[in-house]
Amino acid sequence: MPALIGKKIGMTSIFGPDGKNVPCTVVEALPNVVTQVRTQEVDGYQSLQIAGGGERKEKNTPSALKGHFKKAETTPKKLVVEYKDFDNSQYALGNEISIELFEEGEYVDVVGTSKGKGFQGVVKRHGFAGVMQASHGQHNRLRAPGSIGAGSDPSRVFKGIRMAGQMGNKRTKIQNLIIMKVDKDKNLLVISGSIPGPKNGLVIVEK
Amino acid sequence: MEDLIRYVQDTLIEKKELPDFSAGDTITVYYQIREGQKVRTQFFKGVVLQRRGSGATETFTIRKMSGSVGVERIFPLNAPAIEKIEMNREGRVRRARIFYQRELTGKAARIKEKRRG
Repeated sequence: MPALIGKKIGMTSIFGPDGKNVPCTVVEALPNVVTQVRTQEVDGYQSLQIAGGGERKEKNTPSALKGHFKKAETTPKKLVVEYKDFDNSQYALGNEISIELFEEGEYVDVVGTSKGKGFQGVVKRHGFAGVMQASHGQHNRLRAPGSIGAGSDPSRVFKGIRMAGQMGNKRTKIQNLIIMKVDKDKNLLVISGSIPGPKNGLVIVEK
Repeated sequence: MEDLIRYVQDTLIEKKELPDFSAGDTITVYYQIREGQKVRTQFFKGVVLQRRGSGATETFTIRKMSGSVGVERIFPLNAPAIEKIEMNREGRVRRARIFYQRELTGKAARIKEKRRG
């Protein structure tokens, strides 16, 4: 699927065509560069590799990547991603893909890294209710998970039981957002709803 | 970064010519409501309790007494549905948000008119 790398700017709200107030996220997507065109003959599969998300400092770029970017005759970029089913017949190495890929009213998915919440308990992480009361002999287990399974049969805890642990800071995809506006002068996308990650975080908008 | 947000707001939200009202003022808001295909204009007259937020996404809250029941409505300042706003009375209040009005009824709920000149 066609995709574009951008940067989350922040949220605001605009009025939709029916006059409703729609919460929106603004994404700045500067032109992405094609860094590799994979073909059936050479690589055994078809895909398109694109780079974007802003400039990367020369000294922070591994030599191997530096060479890769040089081949596409461009400067190092922050993020490189590859997409299958991205029709690569019309793109060549070093081409730029602009925001014109998207149209207003189109449905998109947005991928990003969610904000890290650290090690969290089950109430925040999985929406458990806790024990809901502090009286009737309860003591310091207001937010405890409760039972995690039966006893001597099966004598173990099943895989996938929801427990406390790291929350957030994880690749997250939000589906079915609508492109409200495309600003070609400033390379801005206005997308309905919220998208993962902090301001200035890198996101991938997929068609 | 903030500039880009402001740019989006400025370009995508149409600012309206509205009177400069603040908390304590009595205003009438004429707004359109859609019933199926028909568009109809309704008005809501009441006291402004607060103005909230800044820029193009600013909102205001107004309150009126409908019989003995208080009714409050929040409008986005730049909502396309707002046709016009009429100033009825400029009130003199000492704070920017007059939520204490909710507890007052009858004579106690009166607001002094601003003296001009």
